[in-house]
Amino acid sequence: MEKFEKLSGIAAPLPLINVDTDMIIPKQFLKTIKRSGLGVNLFDEMRYDDDGNEIPDFVLNKPQYRDAQILVAGDNFGCGSSREHAPWAIKDFGIRCVIAPSYADIFYNNCFKNGILPIALPQDKVDVLMREAEKGANARIEVDLEAQTVSTSEGQVFSFEVDAFKKHCLLEGLDDIGLTLAKADAIDAFEARASQARPWV
Amino acid sequence: MSPKTLYDKIWDAHLAHEAEDGTSLLYIDRHLVHEVTSPQAFEGLRMANRTVRAPDKTIAVPDHNVPTTPDRVNGIENPESRIQVEALDKNAEDFGIHYYPVNDVRQGIVHIVGPEQGWTLPGMTVVCGDSHTATHGAFGALAHGIGTSEVEHVLATQTLIQRKGKNMKVEITGKLAPGVTAKDITLSVIGATGTAGGTGYVIEYCGEAIRDLSMEGRMTVCNMAIEGGARAGLIAPDDKTFAYVQGRPHAPKGAQWEAALNWWKTLYSDDDAHWDKVVTLKGEEIAPVVTWGTSPEDVLPINAEVPDPSSFAGGKVDAVKRALDYMGLKPGQKLSEVEIDTVFIGSCTNGRIEDLRAAAEILKGKKIAVKRAMIVPGSGLVRAQAEEEGLADIFKEAGFEWRLAGCSMCLAMNPDQLSPGERCAATSNRNFEGRQGRGGRTHLMSPAMAAAAAVTGRLTDIREMM
Repeated sequence: MEKFEKLSGIAAPLPLINVDTDMIIPKQFLKTIKRSGLGVNLFDEMRYDDDGNEIPDFVLNKPQYRDAQILVAGDNFGCGSSREHAPWAIKDFGIRCVIAPSYADIFYNNCFKNGILPIALPQDKVDVLMREAEKGANARIEVDLEAQTVSTSEGQVFSFEVDAFKKHCLLEGLDDIGLTLAKADAIDAFEARASQARPWV
Repeated sequence: MSPKTLYDKIWDAHLAHEAEDGTSLLYIDRHLVHEVTSPQAFEGLRMANRTVRAPDKTIAVPDHNVPTTPDRVNGIENPESRIQVEALDKNAEDFGIHYYPVNDVRQGIVHIVGPEQGWTLPGMTVVCGDSHTATHGAFGALAHGIGTSEVEHVLATQTLIQRKGKNMKVEITGKLAPGVTAKDITLSVIGATGTAGGTGYVIEYCGEAIRDLSMEGRMTVCNMAIEGGARAGLIAPDDKTFAYVQGRPHAPKGAQWEAALNWWKTLYSDDDAHWDKVVTLKGEEIAPVVTWGTSPEDVLPINAEVPDPSSFAGGKVDAVKRALDYMGLKPGQKLSEVEIDTVFIGSCTNGRIEDLRAAAEILKGKKIAVKRAMIVPGSGLVRAQAEEEGLADIFKEAGFEWRLAGCSMCLAMNPDQLSPGERCAATSNRNFEGRQGRGGRTHLMSPAMAAAAAVTGRLTDIREMM
């Protein structure tokens, strides 16, 4: 997995609540058997019209946000389906960090497995960052995972919380499966106990 | 011993490892797999020279993008869908996991097949790369939806990295009024808590109205826990649960059945267990409901009117404006006057035999007044049973298309899709923008309400037809 340490980039404002995974990546793009190449379909129905032409008003189609690396959004971001195609599409587009007041659980978890940092901040702080993001290329937001801070171009610094284990894995780019397989003895021991206690399983 | 909730008990019984910071390895008893969220996981295993740790606990079935028209026995026309299903065929074979291929009579929606075949049992941990895995919680199992990276993790290690969630009790007291169903309960709970109300929690549904539900109804309730933000929702097992499970192909038998039953009977929340959040709804006050917007929390009784965006607060004001624009509705419009083009009855929420019976009861001797209507049974066995009971004839005579099993128009990955502006009464679980097809407009409701809408051509109060 790609590491996440620091990021300084343009943030795209998406001031919508309940952005669901069907919005992030509609179902017709779930037919792939690969993880890559979904960036072009990110937010497909908001980004393109029925003929496949770009809708100029949509934030990621605006020239100043085409290289956005951060997305600032509303409450309950990523609700709905468990599709990991959502973080795959976000990452493939080039976005490495999402900032919102809250996230749906499965999406939040999926981000960390893909080198994306989802930051949860109180609404008033997200409001500040949303206004900052609206300045486009005139404002870069800085994210420092080690220090757990988000900084605006005007020097405001917000601290955020992140689970220590998830932070460690993201900073080091660690593969979960490798880490768990190192605990194979504990799994073997559990299986032996469980097959005695619940042989019908 | 300190008092525990049902969730605490299942968690403790499956804890394979716990680090000092609380990061835990939860052992997984059943891993259900479908064609859409698994190919990348199997590819990951191959690339790392890893294998499936417990193929005997892994069950696969294609459901999301399989066509539901009878001609699918001749093969899947859409090349991408075909490739995904063929990939699952091959992965199941290569890794030696249990498999119900597309033309097996036992094929169906993964969350219907698991319980039907007796794979899902009380007290188990169940995962699947699908957010509606909470369905299995109806059996008193801890069932989570997971992403593809987690699918790969479970395939390789039979565990899931988790931190324990918080405990939330949702109690539905008293009796339901006539015409009110499990779907109305689960939608009403989401209406009350919001789509993020359960985030970080595991919900236990309890109370008289939940006890009174059949197993099918309980599955409907738990199915939509995720729409309230909770990764898992569960219901303590009881005699109804045991009776449903007994005799199913993969349920324990003989002495093992007795041993299992003894443990299952300990699976309930202790009286003085700690709850981090409690929500109580009165069963008598729940009405038949429909959704009017583009989030499952946008729910109102059928006799209500479309709300005004200005009656909301915060980001919801703009969200409601956007939703009404998308849905083509005006504030103050009576929901019962909204005309419907299409009816879809099916999905992991409402694709079981009881749902079909409820729809048939309304449709018997009637004709549809909508442009198209389809019933997609949740599994091949549900379909066979409905044919045996004469339900299929009622549907066909009413003008419904009678389809083969699959997820179908719930998520519209297969050819069953809405056109832009097409308005659908659906028994599925999500009314998101574009969910059932680009520009499609979805109203969620119970099977009886969807059947009633098919007959009248508009959203209809089921109580008027009883």
